[in-house]
Amino acid sequence: MVQYARTGFDASFAALSDATRRGVLEQLGRADASITDLADKFHMTLTGMKKHVGVLEQAGLVTTEKVGRVRTCTLGLSRLEEEAAWIERYRQLWDARFDELDTVVEELKRKEKVDGRKKRE
Amino acid sequence: MDARRESEPIPMKNRTTVKRKSERELVVTRTFNGPARIVFEAWTKPELFKQWWVPKSMGMFLRSCEMDVRVGGRYRLVFGHDASHPDEFFGRYIEVTPHSRLVWTNDEGGDGGPVTTVTFEEKGGKTLLVMHELYPSKEALDAAGTGAADAMGETFEQLDELLVTLGASVGRS
Repeated sequence: MVQYARTGFDASFAALSDATRRGVLEQLGRADASITDLADKFHMTLTGMKKHVGVLEQAGLVTTEKVGRVRTCTLGLSRLEEEAAWIERYRQLWDARFDELDTVVEELKRKEKVDGRKKRE
Repeated sequence: MDARRESEPIPMKNRTTVKRKSERELVVTRTFNGPARIVFEAWTKPELFKQWWVPKSMGMFLRSCEMDVRVGGRYRLVFGHDASHPDEFFGRYIEVTPHSRLVWTNDEGGDGGPVTTVTFEEKGGKTLLVMHELYPSKEALDAAGTGAADAMGETFEQLDELLVTLGASVGRS
């Protein structure tokens, strides 16, 4: 996760260097919105907002989907990053489990040793 | 490259790797510092299994764990703090070879569930564990991944923190 997050953040920094784009992310964190909604909220032209959303989309921070005439923006990662992220998440889960399993294995080994000693006595 | 000698104890934990081996397969590997019979025991005795399957750091709660580890035997794990919204995982063991191999189905999602194969290979007192999950289709594996949407949640929490930091520095300038 650390490795993944670092590259993700590097790529995202350019996108995040702009106050409007940070505002858009905050807004989308509350609810999905159309480009028109966002343009209204940030007192911008549709073209200007499209550019900002485009930058966020390229950084993988936002995904958009066009339904009919409305393009809806959602907080999200690109497909490739999503896959990398979920595999890493999955790895973390198993890593955490296996750390605990290490403890169980150590305990069982210790018990075997004690039991072995008892048998010999 | 590393000048460390073999005999020197290295207090490093073993690495867990996860690979998407093909469109339908996920493979998790890890070595354990103990014989296969012990690692196998920890996978097949519910009272031991319960101690590690739900790591404390994951914030999950295992309500119950039933395992009938024999060919055709069933298992059932129930998670969740809220008894009215339990998360259940269940299936059937289709292969049980003591100390070396376990195969089970994952039936909670209907037909789309993967088949899990775990092998335990002992070498010099250590055990290499390979967990292989075979999904019925690429779509099923993709769905399992996207279903783990909490990964996004965590990423965005980090992003939230970053935004707060950035916001603070912008405010100051």
